[in-house]
Amino acid sequence: MTTTLSPRRTTPEAETEARVRQSLAERLAPYAYIAPFFLIFGIFGLVPLLFTFYVALFDWNPIGEHVFIGLDNFSRLLGDPRFWNAAWNTISMWLLSTVPQLLAALVLAHLLNHARLRLATLWRMSMLVPYITSVAATTIVFAQMFDRDYGLLNWLLGLVGVGPINFQQSVWGSHIMIATMVTWRWFGYTTLLYLASLQAIPRTIYEAAAVDGAGAWKQFRHISIPSLRPVIIFTIVTSTIGGLQIFTEPMLASHTTPLTCGPIRQCQTLTLFLYEQGFGQFQFGYGAAIGVALFVLIIVIATLNYLLSARIRPER
Amino acid sequence: MKKADRVRWWTYLILALATLACVFPLYWMFVVATTDTATATQLPPEIVPGGNFFHLAGLVFSTVPFVRSIINSLVVAGTIGVGQAVLCSLAGFAFAKLRFPGRNVLFLVVVLTMTVPTQLAVIPQYMIISQLGWVDTLQALIVPGLASAFGIFWMRQHLATTLSDEILQAARIDGATSWQIFWRIAFPLVRPAAFVLGLLGFVFAWNDFLWPFIVLKSPEMYTAQIAIKALQNSRSIDLGLAMSGSFLATLPLLVLFVFVGRRMVVGIMDGAFKG
Repeated sequence: MTTTLSPRRTTPEAETEARVRQSLAERLAPYAYIAPFFLIFGIFGLVPLLFTFYVALFDWNPIGEHVFIGLDNFSRLLGDPRFWNAAWNTISMWLLSTVPQLLAALVLAHLLNHARLRLATLWRMSMLVPYITSVAATTIVFAQMFDRDYGLLNWLLGLVGVGPINFQQSVWGSHIMIATMVTWRWFGYTTLLYLASLQAIPRTIYEAAAVDGAGAWKQFRHISIPSLRPVIIFTIVTSTIGGLQIFTEPMLASHTTPLTCGPIRQCQTLTLFLYEQGFGQFQFGYGAAIGVALFVLIIVIATLNYLLSARIRPER
Repeated sequence: MKKADRVRWWTYLILALATLACVFPLYWMFVVATTDTATATQLPPEIVPGGNFFHLAGLVFSTVPFVRSIINSLVVAGTIGVGQAVLCSLAGFAFAKLRFPGRNVLFLVVVLTMTVPTQLAVIPQYMIISQLGWVDTLQALIVPGLASAFGIFWMRQHLATTLSDEILQAARIDGATSWQIFWRIAFPLVRPAAFVLGLLGFVFAWNDFLWPFIVLKSPEMYTAQIAIKALQNSRSIDLGLAMSGSFLATLPLLVLFVFVGRRMVVGIMDGAFKG
């Protein structure tokens, strides 16, 4: 009987039945369309995040036993100078990379927003070149440029009588070097986001301000900045979440001591410390505790950020 | 206002310097990737490319299975790019144009997941991957990479503004299912935006380091970025080796960028916050 699919078989009952079935399928369809995201995020994002808090309560060896030790990992962490060093490094490099990045993007977006600018596409495209360059490649080329003996930068500094500066081996030098890499990679992308927002501001507002005698700086300060508020908050939040999880740059910056970013851990970040403890020393429990600490740090700084950036208000 | 309307010379100067800053490190990568160690370590530095490119490139290919790494990267980044474009369009379509109980709450959840720093959960992530038996496989990179909250947010924006409710109604009256509406009407309409989203997903996956570094163990499974790391470890062979690998791993994206960079710029600016 192959006639089951024949359209002639549609009796009124079958038709109603088909409509009911279709409408049930139709009602469930939206959930099916969004299910892949929730499924994948649940398994590989949310569950691991919650599980981090659980694993942190154990002395957990990946190939051996796991013993419940309560909050011991945390008390050990708070007494571990390597942890405080990594936390300080993380905050320092995050600040050194975020602040210049956002300021440079503000200025560049303002310049690019000129109606009569020539070569607009060229400028915009070149801003995106660092974004498509991988962090690994970026780190390797910048580490070479910052090299004490053969680096381009020290050679240039030498021409004006400075240096040579041992960027990789010093605390501040390595922080500046890594912050430069992060800034380089992201400032163009941020510039484009700001530029898009600036272009949405009607030109007539600037013209009216100019008629009222507001100069370039006043226009920038009182029209551009307040209008950019949502996107500035957005970029601050994303660069905080990203900046506090810096990993690849410090790991590849020092090819002899990758897990500590140098002999005195001068640029080891929290994520790198987590990796060192978890995958270098196989202390999953202690590594997870570092993850929890990083989570708390991100929440605290994100909240502070939000409170601070709430002060950027439109002035009317 | 005539004076304020002119572009000042220093605007061009600053933009030119910014462009130089963006492009020079890549040029420098190429310079070091073409010179021998003796030249790379001399002072003052040689700032024009040398003739050592093919020698170093050959060394790259003989030190690590680099062709395989590039293929792995293409497979991972390509699948993630296409997968994100389709899955995010579909979810964005549901959130923008379909009515269902819980829609607004679920969308809020999607947006909130963007702020969750999942990277700090790498240890349990690794445990899950190892439970699934996916350690040292490419699906360990592909499957988690398919979910993108940003992509859903972005496609929802585009669908909400480009697909008119009248067309939707008309299709409904003609008896079209939501899947038919998506596949025949909605997706073709937002294909340019989905294309840019796929590109961003491709670039991100191509450049990802931490996660592939944790789950990939054998050199044949390495992605291009992990191959660069392996080259850096054998740096003693030649100073330019890691640089040559970096350049070769960046080259495919540069070529892609020449063709689609313009659309990426437009896409990023279109998806950005407006006003």
